[in-house]
Amino acid sequence: MTTPLTTTQAGPVSGPEREHGPAVRLEGVSKVYGQGRDGLLALDEVSLTVAPGEFVCLLGASGCGKSTLLSLVAGLDAPTAGRIEVETGRVAMMFQEPALFPWLTVSANVEMALRVKRGGDVKGGEGAGPRSRAERRALAGEFLDIVHLGGFGGKRPHELSGGMRQRVALARALAQDADVLLMDEPFGALDAMTRDLLHDELERIWRERNLSVLFVTHNVREAVRLGDRVVLLSSRPGRVVESFPVELERPRRTDSAEVARQAAEITDRLREEVLRHGR
Amino acid sequence: MAVDASTQQSGAEPSGVGDPRSDTDTRPSGGSGPRSGADTRRSGVAVESSDVHARQIAGLDALELADRRKSGLASRIWSGLWPVVSALVLVLLIWQGVVLAGWWPEYVFAGPVTTLTELADRLGEAEFYQAVAVTMRRALVGFALAIAVGLVVGALVSRIRPLRRAVGSLITGLQTMPSIAWFPLAILLFGLTESAITFVVILGAAPSIANGLIAGVDYTPPILLRAGHMLGLRRLSLYRHVILPASLPSFLAGLKQGWAFAWRSLMAGELLVIIANQPSLGEQLHFARELADSPGLLATMIVILVIGIGVDLLFGAADNALRRRWGLHQVTN
Repeated sequence: MTTPLTTTQAGPVSGPEREHGPAVRLEGVSKVYGQGRDGLLALDEVSLTVAPGEFVCLLGASGCGKSTLLSLVAGLDAPTAGRIEVETGRVAMMFQEPALFPWLTVSANVEMALRVKRGGDVKGGEGAGPRSRAERRALAGEFLDIVHLGGFGGKRPHELSGGMRQRVALARALAQDADVLLMDEPFGALDAMTRDLLHDELERIWRERNLSVLFVTHNVREAVRLGDRVVLLSSRPGRVVESFPVELERPRRTDSAEVARQAAEITDRLREEVLRHGR
Repeated sequence: MAVDASTQQSGAEPSGVGDPRSDTDTRPSGGSGPRSGADTRRSGVAVESSDVHARQIAGLDALELADRRKSGLASRIWSGLWPVVSALVLVLLIWQGVVLAGWWPEYVFAGPVTTLTELADRLGEAEFYQAVAVTMRRALVGFALAIAVGLVVGALVSRIRPLRRAVGSLITGLQTMPSIAWFPLAILLFGLTESAITFVVILGAAPSIANGLIAGVDYTPPILLRAGHMLGLRRLSLYRHVILPASLPSFLAGLKQGWAFAWRSLMAGELLVIIANQPSLGEQLHFARELADSPGLLATMIVILVIGIGVDLLFGAADNALRRRWGLHQVTN
């Protein structure tokens, strides 16, 4: 699916016998923008794994190359050095903006993900080949139901609120039938109330569909609220500083004391990183 | 750090669910559709929680979508109409004023009453409709060919980089060339025929149409390209499903401008290239001047103006419909 990636196809495995290697593995990944002495080192030897079904939050101040990292995993850009492996090769991505096509209805936006020829027959032959229009429409409806937008398929994206659009984007990403969901500050532009509800939504969907998530944010509480693990990146160049496991019971609340405590701990570490640049 | 005020989930948090993922790591095999459903309704608590959650979301959605009203049809028509009517009345008054001032004798510069009477008379004659039909046929044929040429040139130039460097600025240059300057060449090439007129109409309109398409392709939002890429769209499919639709508003603007150029070129052409037994609006203009028929001349000018405005309004309506569909502007009523 994402051509520049080295993908190790796990073969047609199903259910419990699933391969237990990491869903995403980055080994010594570096990215340089520009060339020669003017080149900007955005990422420096980043190594990182995401286990199947794991929710990993990437956290860092600005300039830490969080978004660059996601683009590399998504195959939108190629690393200068290092290896990136996505076990199944099925990656979907959500951006800070919903990035919906304004000329299509909500349903047609989701159908677009179903229209594209599926990534081969990794998941059993049944249903391979192009789907009919009616099939796509019905499937899109089901995906919209998952994000509680079942009745909005006929609307245009601009008729929805920001949070609803972001949910359509989520439905579209889910429709790609990916195992790995990359999210680049997807809730950054939303108000706190909507964001909290979407955190619950995302958590539910992640659990139900056993997704592996790589979630970029600069909001420490959001990272602790959502992640199984919070990976802290340094800035200029981006390096992995530390990885914090979050072992709080789910579902969590952004405003709970436990989340606040762990967020404070990570924030302190983040400030140390930022201080290094102050001199 | 942002302070997240959270007011949801009051009292509905499921307790004692344990590691929530321990029992969801099996993925139904084969199916590629939505996989939600069955395993969520495990306990009453979970059902209640997800239900409350769904209702909270629905509530927030309803709040955010509220207050989208439309005013009535009559008031919308009136609000669009009254400025036009007022402007028309003003123009007629000024026109009558100039005539009354007596700078020109009435047979050189006819007043609105004489002219409009003449126009009304013509509206009852078959010859008038013949002339309009000939002119409109030429306009439509020329414009259609210009669209075809503009599309092909625009598509090629926007896709092929060296071609862009070679002819990109030439297209813009052609746009600034007054169409009447093409006629001597056109008449040399095609003689006093309709082909000469069509040739110049195409040259007048095609650059605008091509430029509209090129600009639309250039200004396709990069985020949509990335989204399309993530959906697995490449090259031609990316062009078809993302770039072309995204460039539609700009293309439409190009069409509108192209029409204006086509109409002007056509009128210039009809004044210069007069073909026997082919009555046209331009020809009527020409003979009205020769015969010093001031009311006839002004009446023909009004017809030309009205047709031009009418087609322009059509493009405006199409553009408006497109913008409304895309949510590019808020309709203010």
